Amino acid sequence: MYKYDNYDQQMVDTRVAEFRDQAQRRLEGKLSEDQFKPLRLMNGLYLQLHAYMLRVAIPYGTLNGTQMHALADIADKYDRGYGHFTTRQNIQYNWIKLEEAGDLLADLAAVEMHAIQTSGNCIRNISSDHFAGAARDELVDPRPYAELMRQWSSFHPEFMYLPRKFKIAVIAAETDRAAMRLHDIGVQIVKNDAGDIGASFFVGGGMGRTPMIAPMIREFVPLDQLITYAEACLRVYNRYGRRDNKYKARIKILVHELGADEYTRQVEEEFAHMLDQGVEPPLAEIERLRPYFADPAFEDGPKTIDRSDPDFALWVDRNTHAHKHDSYVSAVISLKPVGGIPGDASAEQMHLMADLAKEYSFDELRVMHTQNVVLPHVKIADLHALWTRLEAAGLGAPNLDTIEDIIACPGLDYCSLANARSIPLAQKISERFAESGKTEELGQLKLKISGCINACGHHHAGHIGILGVDKKGVENYQLSLGGSEAEDVSLGKITGRGFDEAGVIDAVETVTDVYLGKREDGERFLDTYRRIGMAPFKEALYD
Amino acid sequence: MTDLGTSPDAVQFRFRDDEVVDQASVTVDAFVEQSNANAVRIEPGDDARALLPHLDRIALVEVNFPVFGDGRGYSSARLLREAGYTGELRAVGDVAVDQLFNMRRCGFDAFAPDVAMDAADAKAALARWPQVYQATTDDRAMIQELRHG
Repeated sequence: MYKYDNYDQQMVDTRVAEFRDQAQRRLEGKLSEDQFKPLRLMNGLYLQLHAYMLRVAIPYGTLNGTQMHALADIADKYDRGYGHFTTRQNIQYNWIKLEEAGDLLADLAAVEMHAIQTSGNCIRNISSDHFAGAARDELVDPRPYAELMRQWSSFHPEFMYLPRKFKIAVIAAETDRAAMRLHDIGVQIVKNDAGDIGASFFVGGGMGRTPMIAPMIREFVPLDQLITYAEACLRVYNRYGRRDNKYKARIKILVHELGADEYTRQVEEEFAHMLDQGVEPPLAEIERLRPYFADPAFEDGPKTIDRSDPDFALWVDRNTHAHKHDSYVSAVISLKPVGGIPGDASAEQMHLMADLAKEYSFDELRVMHTQNVVLPHVKIADLHALWTRLEAAGLGAPNLDTIEDIIACPGLDYCSLANARSIPLAQKISERFAESGKTEELGQLKLKISGCINACGHHHAGHIGILGVDKKGVENYQLSLGGSEAEDVSLGKITGRGFDEAGVIDAVETVTDVYLGKREDGERFLDTYRRIGMAPFKEALYD
Repeated sequence: MTDLGTSPDAVQFRFRDDEVVDQASVTVDAFVEQSNANAVRIEPGDDARALLPHLDRIALVEVNFPVFGDGRGYSSARLLREAGYTGELRAVGDVAVDQLFNMRRCGFDAFAPDVAMDAADAKAALARWPQVYQATTDDRAMIQELRHG
């Protein structure tokens, strides 16, 4: 994985010093809270319901064991012994004191990490495929390109005060594991007919109040123009994105209002101009980055497991993913124990995951946007030993992509924007299905819960989505069906009137029963929904 | 860096040696229509490219920041510098120490903030970043170039 050179380290260290200075000026009264707010946000520091929340960037979701240990130490030292992995492949801490934030950032910088631009109206942490560099189906490893974009987007002088936040995802496989087309910019690394590597650009996707799927605006951007093209996309947005209404300020609204063709025309015009401006890093830089992501020294070994223990076999079937080397798999550590808080990990668990990465996965881990953790390169021969250690620590839930693998935002338990609680609902739904034993029978079923319209829990993209709203002071939950964040991307449709908490749990069970009754061979919930439509579900829910 | 004083309407910092333009700046619309003006003021919604045919007669461009969180002025500034504008480019309005460095990088060379900045803080902010990750018209080499000699 990538390692900072002196330049990168100096940039991060400088940022820590800058933040300490800003915090000091705030304390001295030289900065008003209004002036300080965007500055602390650009360092990942939010003021939440009970305390400051600090979000740490995990660029493209990749980290090593040392970094995971450091995240655990931070949980112990500055928080209450927990961290929360997010849908942006980041980690956040919910109980931070402003006075200690500078020290926390310094601790991060010591392990080549930071909280830069994890919030604010700027380019956020770049996300990517959590199986990058390991997946059998990828064209190339997308992470050198994501790292190129990380550096370009960090401290960008022109784009620190955009109309709204800006999220970029980079993938390099046809299978989309990063919700690429639901980003402000989605980049897919592709090969053209001539065999050259380049990038397809999708612009104007997003969730939130107005969910949109990003249209492709350029099929092939040559590799040595990647940054220039991104810069052109951003400049058009910075100049013309709406600033009169924060709910209409994301780039998706601009692309929608102009039309994709007109937005593209403006980008191409800006791009043509910028090609002469020398904004592109030298191609040698990409060549420098690639070796950091080179394959570790894989060894041949057994290619199958001993299936005599059914619990182990189930976990392997559920939680591992095909690797490009046939003696290895990528193993997913579920942070969704039945009845647990989705994405939460204790300091102890983080230390264990770090140790396991060192022992079994070339010292590498990934954070998934589904709030789980991946050991990307595990020998098939080591799987049983790994699983045994995970089981003992409560990290062995065999539920990847099942109805228990729920994405949930922090909701009203922590978040100052939320209208309703998400976490207790996720806990109760996973308990309901674990008790009824239907989880396995239901197969792949992605359930996503957001506690408000901002959609941090990706409810629009859930096969089943739940949105918490405030209805005259009472929490109410809207159900939607048919969303997908994958390569078959679609937005869910609302079933009808909402439910109270107990009612929505029953409603989820009702729609899954409709599916079980109607499904044909090999169909996932989503496939059945697409085939039979909303009507049978609606009938079961409301008649 | 010349500290020209702290009057709220005045330029506080100026990074050029030529004479200060004594003409009041006009709006972009007014400027395009009259041939004698040499100072123009860009509001956030204005298209800076409307000035490009007239760059040879402009000595001062003021870019107004009614609120610091509206970042359109950064693009306006870069566009003008990229088109070869060499006159004074002045950031006016809600401009504070924490925006100085990026504004300099986008081509601003004069600052007339609503509230005067602390000169020592400003100096520290401008000197803070030894290297940069992006190329702009200020001709600093980006880190990605420095790595390759």
